[in-house]
Amino acid sequence: MTEMPSAMSVKNQVMPGQDRLMPDRENRSVFKVNSERRRLKERIFTSVILIATLMALLVLVYLITSVVIDGGNRLSWDFLSSFPSRFAAKAGIKSAIFGSMWLGGLTLIFSVLFGVGAAVYLQELANKNRLNQVIELSISTLAGVPSIIYGMLGLGVFVRFMALGRSVLAGALTMSLLVMPVIIIASREALKSVPDSIRMAAFALGASRWQTVRDHVLPAAVPGIATGVILAMARAMGEAAPLILLGALTYVAFVPEGIFDGFTALPIQIYNWTSRPQQAFHELAAAGIIVLLVFLLICNSAAIFIRYKWGSKK
Amino acid sequence: MTSRQWAKISTFQKFRENLVVKSLLVCASISVLTTLGIIFILLEESLQFFQHVSVFEFLGSTEWAPLFEPRSFGVLPLISGTLLIAFGALIFALPIGLGIAVYTSQYAQGWWQKILKPVLEILAGIPSVVYGYFAITRVTPMLQFLLDDVEVFNAASASIVIAIMVLPTIASICDDSLRAVPKTVKDGAYALGARKSEVIISIVVPSALSGILASFILAFSRAIGETMAVTLAAGGTPNMTLNPFEGVQAMTAYIAQVSLGDVAHGTIEYRSIFAVGLVLFLMTLVMNLLSQYIVKRYARKYE
Repeated sequence: MTEMPSAMSVKNQVMPGQDRLMPDRENRSVFKVNSERRRLKERIFTSVILIATLMALLVLVYLITSVVIDGGNRLSWDFLSSFPSRFAAKAGIKSAIFGSMWLGGLTLIFSVLFGVGAAVYLQELANKNRLNQVIELSISTLAGVPSIIYGMLGLGVFVRFMALGRSVLAGALTMSLLVMPVIIIASREALKSVPDSIRMAAFALGASRWQTVRDHVLPAAVPGIATGVILAMARAMGEAAPLILLGALTYVAFVPEGIFDGFTALPIQIYNWTSRPQQAFHELAAAGIIVLLVFLLICNSAAIFIRYKWGSKK
Repeated sequence: MTSRQWAKISTFQKFRENLVVKSLLVCASISVLTTLGIIFILLEESLQFFQHVSVFEFLGSTEWAPLFEPRSFGVLPLISGTLLIAFGALIFALPIGLGIAVYTSQYAQGWWQKILKPVLEILAGIPSVVYGYFAITRVTPMLQFLLDDVEVFNAASASIVIAIMVLPTIASICDDSLRAVPKTVKDGAYALGARKSEVIISIVVPSALSGILASFILAFSRAIGETMAVTLAAGGTPNMTLNPFEGVQAMTAYIAQVSLGDVAHGTIEYRSIFAVGLVLFLMTLVMNLLSQYIVKRYARKYE
C-alpha cells in the first residue's frame, strides 16, 4: 500500500490532464474512473437480463389469469356436457372433448408403436448403411416441417387416397406422423443414456440383440421414453392446423362412436369460437382454453414427475 | 437340454430376430415415406396448379385474389405478409430470448434455476390457438389503446404473440450452447480482470455463437410455419405492406382460410393451397438445413 501513491504520482506527471479527473488523493488509482463505469455497466447488464426473464414469466402469468378471468364463469357441468350451439348460452364442448379423447387415444397407439419401434431400430439395431442415413436425414427434416404441411399430407394420403374421409382415424394418423419425430428423438435419447454395461452383460449370457433390447435396454429406458411420449401427446392435443386442413368439422353435435366417424377437437372448437366477433363466444373460447390447459398441465406435470422420480437414478 | 433342442431354438430365434428387425425397420422407414409423401403431394397438386397459372405470374405478380374475379395468383403478398410477421416476431424474441438464456445459464442458481426451466417449457407447451385468443382479446386492444390507426386484424399483434411462442425455443437452445462453453475459458477472462458481464459479452456469447445463430434460424422457421395465431390475429386480407399495424395474410393463414371454406376438390383454388404450401415447405426446409449446417460447421470443439 505504501508504494502505490508514489507509482500513481509518477503516472500523473506523465499525463497531466488526469488530475482533473481524480482530484483527491484516495481516488488516485489508474483503474478508478474506468472501474466505476464498468460497475455501472455490470449493473445495467444484470438488470436487463433479469427483466427479460421476469417479463417472460409475467407474460405467462398474465396470459393464464386473463384466460381464467374471461372463461371462469362459463365453466360449468353444463358447459362440459352440452354440444356446441348457435346460442352462446347453451353451447358446450362435449363433442370436442370426446373428439379430442378419440384423437389422442388413437394417436397414442400409432405414434408409440411406430415411433418407439423406429427409435429402437435406429439406436440399437441399425448398422451404418445408406438406408439408415437416409432415415436419419428424413427424421431431422420432418422435425422442422410446419404442422400445416402435415395436414396437407393427411388430406392427400389419408382423406383422399386411402378414402378414410374426414374421420377420426385420418386425423389420428396425421397427428401420429406429426409427433413421430418428437417421439423418435426423445426415445433415442433415452436409449442412448442406458449404459453399455447392461447390453454387454446380456450379450455375455447369450442373449440375442432383440432379447437384450426387449428385456434389458427398453425397461431401463421406459421413463425417458414415457416423458417424450407424454410431451408429444400434449403437443398433439393442442394442434389445430392439421385438423383444419383435413376438414375436421367445426360444428359437430355428436360424439364419435367409431374410428370412421367425423369429429371435432378442443383446439378447433376454441378456434371457431375465437374467430367470432361476439364477446359471449370469446368467453366460451376462454372456458375451452381452460379445459385444454388443465389437460396440458396434467401432461406436463406427469412428465416432470417421471423425470424427477426416475431420471436421476443412473 | 440336448444340443438338438438348442439348435431348434436357435433357428427359431434367428427367424424371430430377423422378423423383429425387419418390422422395426418398417417403423423407421415410415419417416422416409412421410418425407417422400409430403414432397410428392405438394409437387403433384402444384404441377396441376401451374398448368393453369404460369410460374412467372405466381412468383412475379403482386396481386393475390384467388377467390374473386378477376382472379390473380401472385404469391408475393402472402410471402411479404409472412415475412413481416416473422421478422417482427424476431425483433422482440431474439434479444429477450438470448437475455433469458444468459440469465438461466450464467446467473440463476439453486431452486430458482430449477424452477425457471420447467416454467419456460410451459410457455412452449401452450397451443398456438391459445396465443391466437390472447392476441385478439388482449394484445390488439392494447395496441389500439396505445397507438392510433391500428386495425382490428394487424401484423404487429401476431408478431408479438409469435415472439412469446418462440421465446422458449430460443432460450433453451441458447441456454444449452452457453452452458457448453467450458469454465476454463471463462476463468481465463476472469484472471485478466474482466467483470462477469464483460466475460459474458466478449467471451461466452461469441464462443456459443453457432448455437445462438442456429436457434435464431430455427425460431424464424417456426414463425413462418405458425398457423393458428397468425390466422386469428393478422386476418385474411392479402396486403403487400411494411406497416405492421395493417392486416396481412400469411401463407399459412391462406391455406387455413381455404380449408375452412367450401372449396371443392380439384378446383384451382384447392390446388393453389398446395402451391403456397410448397413455397412454405421450401422456405422452412432451407432454414432448417441452414441451422443444421451452422451447428455442424461452426460449432467450437473444446477438449
